Amino acid sequence: MKRSLGIGLWALAVVAGLAVFLLMPHLVSDFHSRDLASAGVFFIAIVGLNLLTGYTGQISLGHGALMAIGGYTTAALVVHEHWRDVWTIPLAGIAAGVVGFLIGLPALRLSGLYLALATFGFAVAMPSLLKKFPGLTGGSQGLSFFESAPTQITGVSGQVTIFGHSMTQAHFLYYLTWSIGIVGFAIAWLIVRGGFGRVFRSVRDSEIAAVSSGVNLARTKTVAFAISGVYAGVAGALLAIQDDIVSPLSFTVLLSITILVGAVVGGLGSLPGLVFGALFVQYLPTISTHVSTRAGVPDFVYGAAIILVMILLPTGAGGLLRRLARPLTTRLYTRP
Amino acid sequence: MLLAIDWTQLAQQTVIGLSAGGLWALLALAIVLIYRSTGVINFAQGEMAMFSTFIAWSLINHGLSYWEAFFLTLAISFAGGIAIERVVIRPVERAPVLTIVIVTLGLFFVVDGAARWIWSSETRTLPNAFSTRPITIAGVAFSIQDLGNIAVSLGVVALLALLFRFTKVGLALRATAGNPEESRLLGIRVSWMLALGWGLAAAMGAVSGMLTAPALASFDQNLMQPVLLYALAGAVLGGLESPFGAVVGSLLLGVFVNLTGTYVDWIGTDLRVPVAFAVILGVLLVKPTGLFGRPSARRV
Amino acid sequence: MPESLLELEGVEARYGPVKALHGVSLTVAEGEIVAVLGANGAGKTTTLRAISGTVGRSGAIRFAGNSIAGRSPESVARLGIAHVPEGRGTLSELSVAENLRLGAYVRRDRVGIREDERRVLGRFPWLDDRRGQRAGTLSGGEQQMLALARALMLRPRLMLLDEPSLGLAPTAVAEIFRIVRDLNEREGLSVLVVEQNAIIALEAASRAYVLEAGRVAVEGGSDELRRNESVRRSYLGY
Repeated sequence: MKRSLGIGLWALAVVAGLAVFLLMPHLVSDFHSRDLASAGVFFIAIVGLNLLTGYTGQISLGHGALMAIGGYTTAALVVHEHWRDVWTIPLAGIAAGVVGFLIGLPALRLSGLYLALATFGFAVAMPSLLKKFPGLTGGSQGLSFFESAPTQITGVSGQVTIFGHSMTQAHFLYYLTWSIGIVGFAIAWLIVRGGFGRVFRSVRDSEIAAVSSGVNLARTKTVAFAISGVYAGVAGALLAIQDDIVSPLSFTVLLSITILVGAVVGGLGSLPGLVFGALFVQYLPTISTHVSTRAGVPDFVYGAAIILVMILLPTGAGGLLRRLARPLTTRLYTRP
Repeated sequence: MLLAIDWTQLAQQTVIGLSAGGLWALLALAIVLIYRSTGVINFAQGEMAMFSTFIAWSLINHGLSYWEAFFLTLAISFAGGIAIERVVIRPVERAPVLTIVIVTLGLFFVVDGAARWIWSSETRTLPNAFSTRPITIAGVAFSIQDLGNIAVSLGVVALLALLFRFTKVGLALRATAGNPEESRLLGIRVSWMLALGWGLAAAMGAVSGMLTAPALASFDQNLMQPVLLYALAGAVLGGLESPFGAVVGSLLLGVFVNLTGTYVDWIGTDLRVPVAFAVILGVLLVKPTGLFGRPSARRV
Repeated sequence: MPESLLELEGVEARYGPVKALHGVSLTVAEGEIVAVLGANGAGKTTTLRAISGTVGRSGAIRFAGNSIAGRSPESVARLGIAHVPEGRGTLSELSVAENLRLGAYVRRDRVGIREDERRVLGRFPWLDDRRGQRAGTLSGGEQQMLALARALMLRPRLMLLDEPSLGLAPTAVAEIFRIVRDLNEREGLSVLVVEQNAIIALEAASRAYVLEAGRVAVEGGSDELRRNESVRRSYLGY
């Protein structure tokens, strides 16, 4: 009886969440829909990074660069090959997944701060690398969908029609991003609950113990990198689709930092807090601009908020949620 | 084939490389100092150095000479480093590494934002520390500025080495870096040693910034971001645990980056940053403890 | 009754949510060697940590009549309490000479420090030969002696010794305790020693407390405890 109460609460939360997701664009302006779509991009990347860092304990400061792979794959396909923007998403994910896997290979030999350093270097180097191949990447100008292939932009006319239903481009981008986000979240949840999740966690908690219980360390860690790469690639593709342009400036090291901050603030090793993490990194800079639009103030407020959150909640929002939820769930599942 | 090498150019580019590497070495030293005492990489080290450079600019703007501003800025940066450690780092001293990393990343934004807020984004110049006249040694022309940078870098390093080797405080700092818990039992105020470490690191970063800026036609708040990466690469190359290694590694890196940039056209100046990254990656894969690091137990 | 040098009354200590000491009371008089015995996990090391302030604790702790229960480890050292922790606490990256120098970190009397350095090196002459050697490269027994020598550089009134025999060969252990006894007899050094090896500890100490699960289970003079068969079997393992 009590167990079904627990499940019932979860089901209610899921239904409420879905309702919010579906109705949100109708409650806010187009401008805010775009903002929320942008938050969705962060959300997807953060979920992927959480699988890597939260569950296998590998710190990556390079996920912005993986997003760049996805974003540039999309842009190249749209601009050079004239693909429709949305159909490039799977390929972008795969491309970034492959790169993620390739990064995962040397990452096997690194851990902790050394891995953070190496991925940091990768993220810092990415813009220079992108500029070096202008034929493919458009150099420092980047690739613009409007200039080169406007007909491949979904909703370029301002309206999008799906299954006979018409909506603004902003709403379309919101639904596109968050549906993928929800599906990605569900997949991550299944991975985490399933065999892979256990294996991931065992690697995070003790590599030695994991190996002695038969876990193939190399395969696990590289698979985790690949999977999180796919998420980053999809996020990058959606970023490109939302902005209709990519340039080296879209994918600086600040993006990588933002993703990691979002994952940590959201709570590593836990999924529910990640929505909060995504909203945090999306809206905090915006809120900071309300304090003052003078140059530098938003960054200052942003940084100060990050520091405060880390001091007050070292385990992130997810940790807080777990702590808050514990009294409730223990009451449900244990005898008084 | 060897005789076809332009020795003059090689010597000049080597000196230029050493000059750049020397400035990176100062930032690398700052990073290693903090890494050894707290086990954390301060990703905001470059921005702190940039902030110090702007302070120097303001002082000069108010009428001080370059060197007057230099030393005053050193003192201010030292105090600032201590203050940052007390306010921002102390609350998370015992938190997991990732938390502290995020805090330094937050600090990156705080310092960067503060610098843009206080001084707007327009570019500025810092007067030269040394004369820009060339000087001829053995028939080869070198810039006094480059030689001056090398001298200052090595001088600071030497001062620091003396501090660590021969003073009580330096000894206590080294003890704290390696064995903090045991040091407490000996009566060493470990918490204040950490603050002192941050102060010294901030001061060294300030020197790096104040010498990097004059070499450029103009500078803005992005000044130290590439330097941070080069410093990290140099520190990794030399060994994150080894101050000596950080210096040597950075000097070597400076020469390497400059020579590959000069002689390998494809790399040129565009790919200097990826070269540094490649060095980081290569070292971490082959010998993570770097050229001079000892594989010792570290707090990760 | 002469005032004890060290007094613990109802001391509790915890590691986060886990309580390790549930009210320990003991005394050490000036010039005594007192042993704290018990099985692994009984709370022996925690007791020493409570005194030096390296664990969260509550209850009364008095040194030379003054309460030290709220003091930080740095200030406890300044009072003349030298805590030689489990594992020697060697500053492994520093040289032997530097380790010794840091033993006197809190002292300001340079003449006295130099005097003590000479005395310590006189007692451990081989340390002088190894002055420049990295302390981490010494053997276990040598590091233990270095730890003792370093503690002496404080000119302590009380030495807290945590498991000096751990990981050492029997001859090294015997030597360590011989030195401790000698220091006690000749220089009046008071010692509180925590030991798993009850036999050797009881030979050196005049009194002992046996801990079990964070409480004092038995206390008494070493001779009594050694003669008491049931105590030996239940608590001391022999």
